[in-house]
Amino acid sequence: MAAVDEARRIVDGGPAPRSRDGERSRSQLVVGVLAVQGDSEAHARSVRALGHVPRFVKRREHLQGCDALLLPGGESTTMLKFLRAEGLDAAIVDFCASGRPVFGTCAGAILLATRVTGPEQPSLGVLDVTVERNAYGRQLDSFVAHAADDAGDLAGIELVFIRAPIVREAGPDVEVVLEHGGLPVLVRHGNVWAATFHPEMTDDARLLARVLADARPS
Amino acid sequence: MSESATPIRLKTGLAEMLKGGVIMDVTTVEQAQIAEASGACAVMALERVPSDIRRDGGVARMARIDIIESIMKTVSIPVMAKARIGHFAEARVLQQLGVDYIDESEVLTPADDKHHIDKHAFDVPFVCGARNLGEALRRVGEGAAMIRTKGEAGSGNIVEAVRHMRQVVGDIRRLTVLGEEELMAQAKELGAPYELVRIVARDGRLPVPNFAAGGVATPADASLMMSLGAEAVFVGSGIFKSEDPETFAKAIVQATTHWDDPERVLDACRQVVKAPMVGLDLDKLDPSEMLQTRGW
Repeated sequence: MAAVDEARRIVDGGPAPRSRDGERSRSQLVVGVLAVQGDSEAHARSVRALGHVPRFVKRREHLQGCDALLLPGGESTTMLKFLRAEGLDAAIVDFCASGRPVFGTCAGAILLATRVTGPEQPSLGVLDVTVERNAYGRQLDSFVAHAADDAGDLAGIELVFIRAPIVREAGPDVEVVLEHGGLPVLVRHGNVWAATFHPEMTDDARLLARVLADARPS
Repeated sequence: MSESATPIRLKTGLAEMLKGGVIMDVTTVEQAQIAEASGACAVMALERVPSDIRRDGGVARMARIDIIESIMKTVSIPVMAKARIGHFAEARVLQQLGVDYIDESEVLTPADDKHHIDKHAFDVPFVCGARNLGEALRRVGEGAAMIRTKGEAGSGNIVEAVRHMRQVVGDIRRLTVLGEEELMAQAKELGAPYELVRIVARDGRLPVPNFAAGGVATPADASLMMSLGAEAVFVGSGIFKSEDPETFAKAIVQATTHWDDPERVLDACRQVVKAPMVGLDLDKLDPSEMLQTRGW
C-alpha cells in the first residue's frame, strides 16, 4: 500500500498549487510540455517542483511564450500523428533552432532523433543520434537503475527505464552526458537534450534544473 | 506465490505513458496494424471483441496464444491481453508470453466466483474494472496498477461507463470532506482497505491511473469520458464493429487527445460519416446478460 502511494505521489506531486494565470515572477519560466499523449502530467509536476509554470502544448499556438519545451514519455507513433496534423513538427524544429532548451524523455527522445529504428519511423531530426525503439525488450524488461557516483552533479539520480529505447549511434557533435551499462542514456547537442529514461517518474528534479539552467524568462 | 520484485512504480509507470491515449481491442494482425497506424497507444489482443462474445454466449476464455503472439510480433506499441477473473494460471501464461499488461476482465467468463488474482505476485502489471470506489480499491489492494470503469462492454452504449466514472469520482469527492475518525466506518461501508481509503481521502484521487472503458462508440463518447475524469480510453467493439474502422479509430484518438477543445472534437466527429457500432438499449437487457456484475 505504501509503495503504490509513493509511486503516485512521485508522479503527481499532489494537487497542483493554485496559480493565477498570467502572473509569474521574473525568474519563473514558462515551460511548454507537449501533451498530445503520454506522461505530460508528470513533467508538469517536475516543472512546478522547481517553481516554474508548466504550459500544456497540444496546438502550435500553445508554444508561443514558452521559454523551454519538454517532450514526454508515451507512444512516439501516436505523438507523431498529432505533430504532423497540428503542424507542431515544424514548430518544434523552429523552437529547437531558437536556442531555447528542449528536453525529450523516452518517446520524446525518439521524436528528436535524426534516425529511428525498431521499426524505422519518421522523426524531427534535430538531434544527431540513431535511436532504437523498445530496445531493452517489453514491459517485463523495464527496470530502475541509478547513475554512477562519478556522474558529477547527476551522481546517483534514479534512472527509470520503461520499454525504453537505446541510443545506438551519436554524431560527433553530440555530447554523451550520462551512460548506463556502457550505453548513452542522456545526450545533448547544445540546447537539445534527450534521455532514454524518465526523470519525471522520480521526485529528483536535478536533471530538469540543469536543462533549464540555460533558459531565460521571456 | 510470493510478492513480485518489480516495483509498483514500473507497473503504474507504463499506465502513465498510456495517458491521453486510446487502447483498442483487436482480434487480427490486420486490425492491430490499423489500430497502430491510426494512433492507438496500445492494443488489447483478443479472440473476439466483446459484442461478439455477448452474441455468441458460452464460456469466454483467454485468447488463443497464436493470435496474441502474432499481434505482439506485428506492432511496436504495447500489447495487452485479458485473463478470466481469478484465473491466475491464465495470467501466468500471459506473463510468460511477455504481454505488456494483463486485463483481469469481466468480459471473459469468471473462473473464480469469490476471489480475484493476487496481482502482487506478478511482474507484469494488471488493469481491472470497477463500478465504484470500493471495488476500485479492492483491486488496487490486490495489486492492480491501473483501474478502468467497467461500463457495459460490447453494448455500444456509454451510459454505464458514465455511471461508473461518476460513481468513482463522486465516491472520491465524498471521502475528501470526511474527518479522519470517519474513515474507518467508510472503509467498512466501501469494503475497501482502510489504508487506501485514507490515501484517497488525503489526495482526492485514486492511487493508480484511472481509465474509461465499456461502451465507447464515438469520438464524442471519448471526449465525454475524458471530461468526466478519465485519463485514457479503452475502445472495445466500437472501432472494428463500426462501418469504417480506420476512420473511427483516428477520430476517437483525436477526440481523446483534444477532449477539451470543441473545435478539434467537432473535426473528429465530422470525419465520421459511416455508422458507429449498433448500440444496445440496456434497459431491455436481462440483468443476467450484464457483464459488469461479474467481479467481487
